[in-house]
Amino acid sequence: MDLINNLALGFGVAFTFQNLIYAFIGCLLGTLIGVLPGVGPVATIAMLLPATYALPPVAALIMLAGIYYGAQYGGSTTAILVNLPGEASSVVTMIDGYQMARKGRAGPALAAAGLGSFFAGCVGTLILAAFAAPLTEVAFKFGPAEYFSLMVLGLIGAVVLASGSLIKAVAMIVLGLLMGLVGTDVNSGVARFSFDIPELTDGIGFITIAMGVFGYGEIIHNLSHKEEDREVFTGKVEGLMPTAEDFKNMVPAVLRGTAIGSILGILPGGGALLAAFAAYTIEKKTKLKPGEVPFGQGNIRGVASPESANNSGSQTSFIPLLTLGIPPNAVMALMVGAMTIHNIQPGPQVMTSNPELFWGLIASMWIGNAMLVILNLPLIGMWIKLLTVPYRWLFPAIVLFCAIGVYSTNNNTFDIWMVAAFGVIGYLFIKLGVEPAPLLLGFILGPMMEENLRRAMLLSRGDWSVFVTRPLSASLLAAAAVLLVIVMLPAVKSKREEAFVEE
Amino acid sequence: MLIKSQKDFFSGLMFTVVGAAFAYGATGYSVGSGGRMGPGYFPLLLGVILAILGAIIMFKALVSQAHPDGDPIGKWAWKPLFYIISANLLFGVMLGGLPSIGLPPMGLIAGIFALTIVASLAGDSFNLKEVLVLSVILSIGSYAAFILLLKLQFPVWPTFIAG
Repeated sequence: MDLINNLALGFGVAFTFQNLIYAFIGCLLGTLIGVLPGVGPVATIAMLLPATYALPPVAALIMLAGIYYGAQYGGSTTAILVNLPGEASSVVTMIDGYQMARKGRAGPALAAAGLGSFFAGCVGTLILAAFAAPLTEVAFKFGPAEYFSLMVLGLIGAVVLASGSLIKAVAMIVLGLLMGLVGTDVNSGVARFSFDIPELTDGIGFITIAMGVFGYGEIIHNLSHKEEDREVFTGKVEGLMPTAEDFKNMVPAVLRGTAIGSILGILPGGGALLAAFAAYTIEKKTKLKPGEVPFGQGNIRGVASPESANNSGSQTSFIPLLTLGIPPNAVMALMVGAMTIHNIQPGPQVMTSNPELFWGLIASMWIGNAMLVILNLPLIGMWIKLLTVPYRWLFPAIVLFCAIGVYSTNNNTFDIWMVAAFGVIGYLFIKLGVEPAPLLLGFILGPMMEENLRRAMLLSRGDWSVFVTRPLSASLLAAAAVLLVIVMLPAVKSKREEAFVEE
Repeated sequence: MLIKSQKDFFSGLMFTVVGAAFAYGATGYSVGSGGRMGPGYFPLLLGVILAILGAIIMFKALVSQAHPDGDPIGKWAWKPLFYIISANLLFGVMLGGLPSIGLPPMGLIAGIFALTIVASLAGDSFNLKEVLVLSVILSIGSYAAFILLLKLQFPVWPTFIAG
């Protein structure tokens, strides 16, 4: 069996005492830094990358894998505990995770995120080892038209992220798409909507929007209530680990999330990110058991499924990276950078020319993932203590970390002015009852969507029918249409509103 | 006509205005045709869509019966809004200085104290001693994490002291 041989080779390379120590240190540092609001996995890896230069290649990759998982999990921790997304994929985790924390169930939420992503990581590793070569074919079938249709599907799916009015959610997505277009147009080099401000030609930063809208907006809104009736968290913290009931709900969600993540992760360009959104969408469409907490109010499935999808997606996203040489996201791009420093050229040849490195890398991703569970399950108790800090001490600290976080991304005070503006906008959104999560997804997908639309239309010489004549693209659009109809159907709609009326 | 849902009406208004502004801005760039899209094509398209969506939301807000109480926006929390945003702006001024009035960069530590004190004013109760203790803790923590551990390039002390 190739699979067993290959994995054995990988683990033989990776599984030494020294490497395990590196994995542990990486994971610990990654978690500690990733947990700071405003510092996502990309920033964490970028900061810690130099620390790995001096190590031998396999040790360096293992440490990076540890940092990556640690930072990602740290980001989810912040999302769950203080409602601040450190990176795009935790926007989804935040929705139900934060509500669970508010109800005193932060422990189960954190455990579900950790265990779900560990399981998904294991499955992703196996899939990667077994199907790397044949799966590449799928990615080749995706042209610009298919990507555009996939993003339309993803955006329609994002509508379910919002719990209020449907049309307002759609409008927020479009607004997000527009905000994503600010900056230099890659095709023509024209600086769009930048008002001759040099910093704006690089576009608006994701961290700036996330910190302003979610961080500042939320804090201002919280402070507008009197201290007595400010319901930030219940004092009572129930249990650190999920109950048997939780596990029963979690398992199918984790399985679904893992499957979706494994499939979408293969697509280069944000596949793993869309996976988290798609997984949440599907969970929300499944029927609630009697007595189960509705989505948006702290359903454990809403944490477990997207976290699993995200993780299995990032495992299978190695397939486009290693076969086409295309990094699927910014984190992987940094990993490629680290690999080239150690003289490993990503691409199809890596599997044959450096098999021990290739399989060693896959094994080290798994070790990083396992280390995360070992390290973080005991830490949950400590994170929860954080919630007992009185809000009057917590909120200045959050404001500070947001400000430092946005400043450190570019070392430019301009980002601090921007985050202030988005704080005001975020508060306006809350007052007007529009939800910002769909906006963020639109914001991330905006440039990619335009890129693929333009490419597809250029190839078809301006013929819009290209989106429906190509079978894959047509079926994706059909799925989007079906999804839209389902959401708009009166029966579902009334149920949806019933489930999501504000408390 | 009476507005049946204030929140919806004004959010619709916001979408329409922003969408129209983006669409108007997009006409300043070359729009191109379907086969050769210029930089203005996609923003123009999205801006128009957003403006239409906003108009629909506004219209629905006028006729909808869903909110018998008029769904009011409610009072604005001017106090926290002012203090949180000022704290953030002050932090930026402390880090970067304001060359226009000749204020030199005061550095991270001064910034942390300024931010913590001003932000704390947004709360219900303000206890200077407690806030100062919090500032010290945050300063030590940030210094250890960002300067010592992560080696971020921050001005830590005022330029006239550190040079």
